[in-house]
Amino acid sequence: MRAAVIVFPGSNCDVDAALAWEQTTGGTAERIWHETADLSGAEAIILPGGFAHGDYLRCGALCRFSPAMRAVVAAASRGVPVLGICNGFQILCESGLLPGALGRNQGLTFRCETVRIRVENTGTAWTGACRPGEVLSLPIAHGDGCYWLPAEELDALRVRGGVVFRYCDAGGRTGTGANPNGSADDIAGICNPAGNVVGLMPHPERAAEALLGGTDGAAILRSALRVLGVGATASG
Amino acid sequence: MPAFLAAIEVHLKPGALDPQGQAVGKGLRALGHAGVTDVRVGKHLRVRLEAADAAAARAEVERMCRELLANPVMETFSFDVVAAS
Repeated sequence: MRAAVIVFPGSNCDVDAALAWEQTTGGTAERIWHETADLSGAEAIILPGGFAHGDYLRCGALCRFSPAMRAVVAAASRGVPVLGICNGFQILCESGLLPGALGRNQGLTFRCETVRIRVENTGTAWTGACRPGEVLSLPIAHGDGCYWLPAEELDALRVRGGVVFRYCDAGGRTGTGANPNGSADDIAGICNPAGNVVGLMPHPERAAEALLGGTDGAAILRSALRVLGVGATASG
Repeated sequence: MPAFLAAIEVHLKPGALDPQGQAVGKGLRALGHAGVTDVRVGKHLRVRLEAADAAAARAEVERMCRELLANPVMETFSFDVVAAS
Protein backbone atom coordinates (compact mmCIF):
# COMPACT_ATOMS: atom_id res chain seq x y z
CA MET A 1 0.00 0.00 0.00
CA ARG A 2 1.62 3.19 -1.21
CA ALA A 3 0.94 6.51 0.49
CA ALA A 4 2.07 9.95 -0.63
CA VAL A 5 2.95 12.43 2.13
CA ILE A 6 2.90 15.93 0.64
CA VAL A 7 5.78 18.14 1.80
CA PHE A 8 5.24 21.91 1.65
CA PRO A 9 7.88 24.47 2.59
CA GLY A 10 7.33 24.61 6.36
CA SER A 11 5.85 21.11 6.79
CA ASN A 12 7.49 19.47 9.81
CA CYS A 13 5.55 16.28 10.54
CA ASP A 14 6.09 14.64 7.14
CA VAL A 15 8.82 12.23 8.28
CA ASP A 16 6.78 11.16 11.30
CA ALA A 17 3.70 10.63 9.14
CA ALA A 18 5.61 8.55 6.58
CA LEU A 19 7.23 6.40 9.27
CA ALA A 20 3.96 5.89 11.13
CA TRP A 21 2.22 4.89 7.89
CA GLU A 22 4.92 2.33 7.09
CA GLN A 23 5.03 0.90 10.61
CA THR A 24 1.29 0.62 11.13
CA THR A 25 0.19 -0.49 7.66
CA GLY A 26 3.24 -2.38 6.41
CA GLY A 27 3.01 -0.28 3.25
CA THR A 28 5.38 2.30 1.83
CA ALA A 29 5.19 6.06 2.08
CA GLU A 30 6.85 8.49 -0.27
CA ARG A 31 7.42 12.11 0.70
CA ILE A 32 6.36 14.24 -2.28
CA TRP A 33 7.56 17.84 -2.70
CA HIS A 34 4.67 20.24 -3.21
CA GLU A 35 5.83 21.28 -6.68
CA THR A 36 5.19 17.77 -7.96
CA ALA A 37 1.92 17.55 -9.87
CA ASP A 38 1.98 13.79 -10.41
CA LEU A 39 0.54 11.65 -7.63
CA SER A 40 -0.06 8.62 -9.81
CA GLY A 41 0.37 5.42 -7.89
CA ALA A 42 -0.49 6.95 -4.53
CA GLU A 43 -3.24 4.85 -2.98
CA ALA A 44 -3.61 7.17 -0.01
CA ILE A 45 -2.52 10.76 0.60
CA ILE A 46 -1.49 12.42 3.85
CA LEU A 47 -1.19 16.19 4.34
CA PRO A 48 1.12 16.46 7.36
CA GLY A 49 1.34 19.01 10.15
CA GLY A 50 3.63 22.01 10.22
CA PHE A 51 3.51 25.61 9.07
CA ALA A 52 3.13 25.28 5.30
CA HIS A 53 4.20 28.41 3.42
CA GLY A 54 4.89 29.99 6.79
CA ASP A 55 1.14 30.03 7.58
CA TYR A 56 1.24 33.47 5.91
CA LEU A 57 -2.09 35.29 5.41
CA ARG A 58 -4.00 32.41 7.09
CA CYS A 59 -2.94 28.90 8.10
CA GLY A 60 -3.01 26.73 4.98
CA ALA A 61 -4.26 29.51 2.71
CA LEU A 62 -1.37 29.54 0.23
CA CYS A 63 -1.12 25.77 -0.28
CA ARG A 64 -3.80 25.49 -2.91
CA PHE A 65 -1.42 27.18 -5.36
CA SER A 66 1.02 24.28 -5.03
CA PRO A 67 0.81 21.91 -8.04
CA ALA A 68 0.56 18.93 -5.69
CA MET A 69 -2.69 20.29 -4.24
CA ARG A 70 -4.36 20.25 -7.65
CA ALA A 71 -3.44 16.56 -7.86
CA VAL A 72 -4.75 16.02 -4.31
CA VAL A 73 -8.10 17.64 -5.22
CA ALA A 74 -8.35 15.43 -8.33
CA ALA A 75 -7.45 12.28 -6.39
CA ALA A 76 -9.95 13.16 -3.65
CA SER A 77 -12.72 13.46 -6.23
CA ARG A 78 -11.91 9.92 -7.40
CA GLY A 79 -12.30 8.57 -3.88
CA VAL A 80 -8.65 8.22 -2.87
CA PRO A 81 -8.36 8.38 0.95
CA VAL A 82 -6.92 11.77 1.99
CA LEU A 83 -5.98 12.55 5.60
CA GLY A 84 -5.12 16.06 6.77
CA ILE A 85 -3.43 16.28 10.15
CA CYS A 86 -3.29 19.62 12.05
CA ASN A 87 -1.87 22.04 9.45
CA GLY A 88 -3.05 19.46 6.89
CA PHE A 89 -6.61 19.90 8.23
CA GLN A 90 -6.28 23.66 7.81
CA ILE A 91 -5.05 23.12 4.24
CA LEU A 92 -8.05 20.88 3.43
CA CYS A 93 -10.45 23.58 4.66
CA GLU A 94 -8.67 26.38 2.81
CA SER A 95 -8.60 24.40 -0.43
CA GLY A 96 -12.32 23.66 -0.24
CA LEU A 97 -12.03 19.89 0.22
CA LEU A 98 -13.61 20.23 3.66
CA PRO A 99 -16.16 22.82 4.88
CA GLY A 100 -15.49 25.42 7.54
CA ALA A 101 -12.40 27.18 8.80
CA LEU A 102 -9.91 26.97 11.66
CA GLY A 103 -9.29 30.15 13.61
CA ARG A 104 -7.13 31.24 16.53
CA ASN A 105 -7.54 29.14 19.68
CA GLN A 106 -9.91 30.52 22.28
CA GLY A 107 -7.62 31.84 25.02
CA LEU A 108 -4.92 32.56 22.40
CA THR A 109 -2.54 29.94 23.78
CA PHE A 110 -0.66 27.38 21.69
CA ARG A 111 -1.88 24.06 23.12
CA CYS A 112 0.67 21.24 23.24
CA GLU A 113 -0.69 18.32 25.28
CA THR A 114 -2.47 14.99 25.05
CA VAL A 115 -6.22 15.19 24.55
CA ARG A 116 -9.00 12.64 24.19
CA ILE A 117 -11.30 12.48 21.23
CA ARG A 118 -14.43 10.39 20.67
CA VAL A 119 -15.00 8.64 17.35
CA GLU A 120 -18.38 9.87 16.07
CA ASN A 121 -18.43 8.31 12.61
CA THR A 122 -16.79 4.99 11.74
CA GLY A 123 -18.01 5.12 8.14
CA THR A 124 -15.05 7.15 6.83
CA ALA A 125 -11.91 5.97 5.08
CA TRP A 126 -9.88 6.87 8.18
CA THR A 127 -12.07 5.54 11.02
CA GLY A 128 -13.24 2.13 9.76
CA ALA A 129 -10.90 0.34 12.16
CA CYS A 130 -12.26 2.27 15.18
CA ARG A 131 -15.31 1.40 17.26
CA PRO A 132 -18.29 3.80 17.41
CA GLY A 133 -17.85 6.02 20.47
CA GLU A 134 -14.28 4.80 21.04
CA VAL A 135 -12.17 7.30 23.01
CA LEU A 136 -8.69 7.88 21.57
CA SER A 137 -5.82 9.55 23.41
CA LEU A 138 -3.81 11.70 20.97
CA PRO A 139 -1.39 14.64 21.17
CA ILE A 140 -2.26 18.10 19.89
CA ALA A 141 0.13 20.96 19.11
CA HIS A 142 -1.57 23.97 17.56
CA GLY A 143 -2.38 27.65 17.95
CA ASP A 144 -5.12 27.81 15.31
CA GLY A 145 -7.43 24.86 15.86
CA CYS A 146 -10.73 26.53 16.68
CA TYR A 147 -13.11 25.00 14.16
CA TRP A 148 -15.87 27.30 13.00
CA LEU A 149 -18.82 27.14 10.61
CA PRO A 150 -21.90 29.39 10.38
CA ALA A 151 -24.71 27.86 12.48
CA GLU A 152 -26.87 26.64 9.61
CA GLU A 153 -23.89 24.96 7.88
CA LEU A 154 -22.88 23.38 11.18
CA ASP A 155 -26.35 21.83 11.39
CA ALA A 156 -25.95 20.47 7.86
CA LEU A 157 -22.53 19.03 8.75
CA ARG A 158 -23.98 17.25 11.80
CA VAL A 159 -26.98 15.91 9.90
CA ARG A 160 -24.86 14.30 7.18
CA GLY A 161 -22.54 12.67 9.72
CA GLY A 162 -19.67 14.99 8.84
CA VAL A 163 -18.44 15.25 12.45
CA VAL A 164 -15.85 12.46 12.78
CA PHE A 165 -14.18 13.30 16.11
CA ARG A 166 -15.16 15.37 19.18
CA TYR A 167 -12.96 16.43 22.08
CA CYS A 168 -14.12 14.63 25.22
CA ASP A 169 -13.03 13.62 28.71
CA ALA A 170 -11.68 10.21 29.77
CA GLY A 171 -15.22 8.90 30.07
CA GLY A 172 -16.09 9.98 26.54
CA ARG A 173 -18.25 12.90 27.70
CA THR A 174 -18.27 16.18 25.77
CA GLY A 175 -19.06 19.59 27.19
CA THR A 176 -17.01 18.99 30.33
CA GLY A 177 -14.19 21.44 29.60
CA ALA A 178 -12.14 19.01 27.52
CA ASN A 179 -12.31 21.20 24.40
CA PRO A 180 -8.78 22.70 24.17
CA ASN A 181 -9.37 25.43 21.58
CA GLY A 182 -12.99 26.57 21.61
CA SER A 183 -14.03 24.62 18.50
CA ALA A 184 -17.73 24.74 17.68
CA ASP A 185 -19.60 21.73 19.08
CA ASP A 186 -16.30 20.30 20.43
CA ILE A 187 -15.33 19.30 16.87
CA ALA A 188 -11.83 17.83 16.52
CA GLY A 189 -12.19 16.35 13.03
CA ILE A 190 -14.59 16.21 10.09
CA CYS A 191 -15.04 14.47 6.73
CA ASN A 192 -16.36 15.27 3.26
CA PRO A 193 -19.75 13.83 2.18
CA ALA A 194 -18.07 10.84 0.48
CA GLY A 195 -16.08 10.05 3.65
CA ASN A 196 -12.73 9.63 1.90
CA VAL A 197 -11.35 13.03 2.98
CA VAL A 198 -10.83 13.48 6.73
CA GLY A 199 -9.14 16.30 8.62
CA LEU A 200 -8.35 16.45 12.34
CA MET A 201 -6.28 18.64 14.64
CA PRO A 202 -4.77 15.87 16.85
CA HIS A 203 -1.73 13.95 15.60
CA PRO A 204 -2.34 10.20 15.08
CA GLU A 205 1.15 9.80 13.63
CA ARG A 206 2.67 10.88 16.96
CA ALA A 207 0.80 8.14 18.81
CA ALA A 208 1.35 5.12 16.59
CA GLU A 209 3.89 3.16 18.63
CA ALA A 210 4.20 2.35 22.32
CA LEU A 211 7.70 3.84 22.52
CA LEU A 212 6.19 7.26 21.80
CA GLY A 213 3.69 6.94 24.63
CA GLY A 214 0.60 5.68 22.86
CA THR A 215 -0.77 3.64 19.99
CA ASP A 216 -4.28 5.08 19.63
CA GLY A 217 -3.33 6.82 16.39
CA ALA A 218 -2.52 3.55 14.65
CA ALA A 219 -6.20 2.64 14.17
CA ILE A 220 -6.76 5.81 12.15
CA LEU A 221 -3.90 5.04 9.75
CA ARG A 222 -4.81 1.35 9.56
CA SER A 223 -8.40 2.25 8.65
CA ALA A 224 -7.29 3.27 5.16
CA LEU A 225 -6.26 -0.33 4.47
CA ARG A 226 -9.92 -1.38 4.50
CA VAL A 227 -10.72 1.12 1.78
CA LEU A 228 -7.65 0.18 -0.23
CA GLY A 229 -8.82 -3.39 -0.08
CA VAL A 230 -11.59 -2.43 -2.50
CA GLY A 231 -9.10 -0.91 -4.91
CA ALA A 232 -9.28 2.90 -4.85
CA THR A 233 -6.11 4.23 -6.49
CA ALA A 234 -4.89 7.56 -7.72
CA SER A 235 -4.01 7.81 -11.37
CA GLY A 236 -2.83 11.37 -11.81
CA MET B 1 -1.91 51.66 -17.69
CA PRO B 2 -3.03 53.82 -14.77
CA ALA B 3 -1.83 52.80 -11.32
CA PHE B 4 -4.12 52.34 -8.35
CA LEU B 5 -3.71 51.73 -4.65
CA ALA B 6 -6.19 49.49 -2.87
CA ALA B 7 -6.58 49.67 0.92
CA ILE B 8 -8.25 46.45 2.04
CA GLU B 9 -9.71 45.58 5.43
CA VAL B 10 -10.38 41.95 6.40
CA HIS B 11 -12.37 41.24 9.56
CA LEU B 12 -13.85 38.21 11.26
CA LYS B 13 -17.61 37.90 10.76
CA PRO B 14 -19.68 39.20 13.70
CA GLY B 15 -20.53 35.66 14.87
CA ALA B 16 -16.97 34.33 14.69
CA LEU B 17 -14.96 34.15 17.89
CA ASP B 18 -12.26 36.85 18.03
CA PRO B 19 -10.02 35.92 20.98
CA GLN B 20 -7.43 38.52 19.92
CA GLY B 21 -10.05 41.27 20.06
CA GLN B 22 -11.22 40.06 23.46
CA ALA B 23 -7.66 40.03 24.82
CA VAL B 24 -6.94 43.53 23.50
CA GLY B 25 -10.23 44.76 24.98
CA LYS B 26 -9.28 43.32 28.35
CA GLY B 27 -5.91 45.08 28.12
CA LEU B 28 -7.51 48.42 27.30
CA ARG B 29 -9.88 48.13 30.25
CA ALA B 30 -6.96 47.17 32.49
CA LEU B 31 -5.28 50.42 31.40
CA GLY B 32 -8.28 52.33 32.66
CA HIS B 33 -10.26 52.70 29.44
CA ALA B 34 -13.37 51.58 31.26
CA GLY B 35 -15.71 52.60 28.44
CA VAL B 36 -14.34 50.01 25.99
CA THR B 37 -17.17 47.60 25.20
CA ASP B 38 -15.83 45.69 22.18
CA VAL B 39 -12.63 45.26 20.14
CA ARG B 40 -12.31 43.35 16.88
CA VAL B 41 -8.85 42.66 15.41
CA GLY B 42 -8.54 42.40 11.64
CA LYS B 43 -6.02 42.72 8.84
CA HIS B 44 -5.12 45.69 6.67
CA LEU B 45 -3.58 45.07 3.25
CA ARG B 46 -2.32 47.57 0.68
CA VAL B 47 -2.17 46.37 -2.90
CA ARG B 48 -0.70 48.40 -5.75
CA LEU B 49 -2.02 47.42 -9.15
CA GLU B 50 -2.36 48.66 -12.73
CA ALA B 51 -5.75 48.56 -14.44
CA ALA B 52 -7.56 50.18 -17.38
CA ASP B 53 -9.61 52.42 -15.07
CA ALA B 54 -10.89 52.71 -11.52
CA ALA B 55 -13.89 50.45 -12.15
CA ALA B 56 -11.65 47.70 -13.53
CA ALA B 57 -9.30 48.09 -10.55
CA ARG B 58 -12.21 47.79 -8.11
CA ALA B 59 -13.54 44.70 -9.85
CA GLU B 60 -10.13 43.05 -9.71
CA VAL B 61 -9.59 43.87 -6.03
CA GLU B 62 -13.04 42.44 -5.27
CA ARG B 63 -11.99 39.19 -6.97
CA MET B 64 -8.69 39.15 -5.02
CA CYS B 65 -10.63 39.40 -1.77
CA ARG B 66 -13.07 36.64 -2.71
CA GLU B 67 -10.40 34.29 -4.08
CA LEU B 68 -7.67 34.64 -1.48
CA LEU B 69 -7.38 37.65 0.81
CA ALA B 70 -10.46 36.85 2.92
CA ASN B 71 -11.77 33.44 3.91
CA PRO B 72 -15.47 33.68 3.05
CA VAL B 73 -16.34 31.14 5.76
CA MET B 74 -15.43 33.40 8.65
CA GLU B 75 -14.23 36.73 7.30
CA THR B 76 -15.69 39.80 5.65
CA PHE B 77 -13.85 42.46 3.69
CA SER B 78 -14.13 46.05 2.54
CA PHE B 79 -11.79 48.20 0.46
CA ASP B 80 -11.09 51.59 -1.05
CA VAL B 81 -9.33 52.08 -4.38
CA VAL B 82 -7.64 55.39 -5.19
CA ALA B 83 -5.49 56.52 -8.10
CA ALA B 84 -1.82 56.11 -7.18
CA SER B 85 0.58 58.91 -7.98
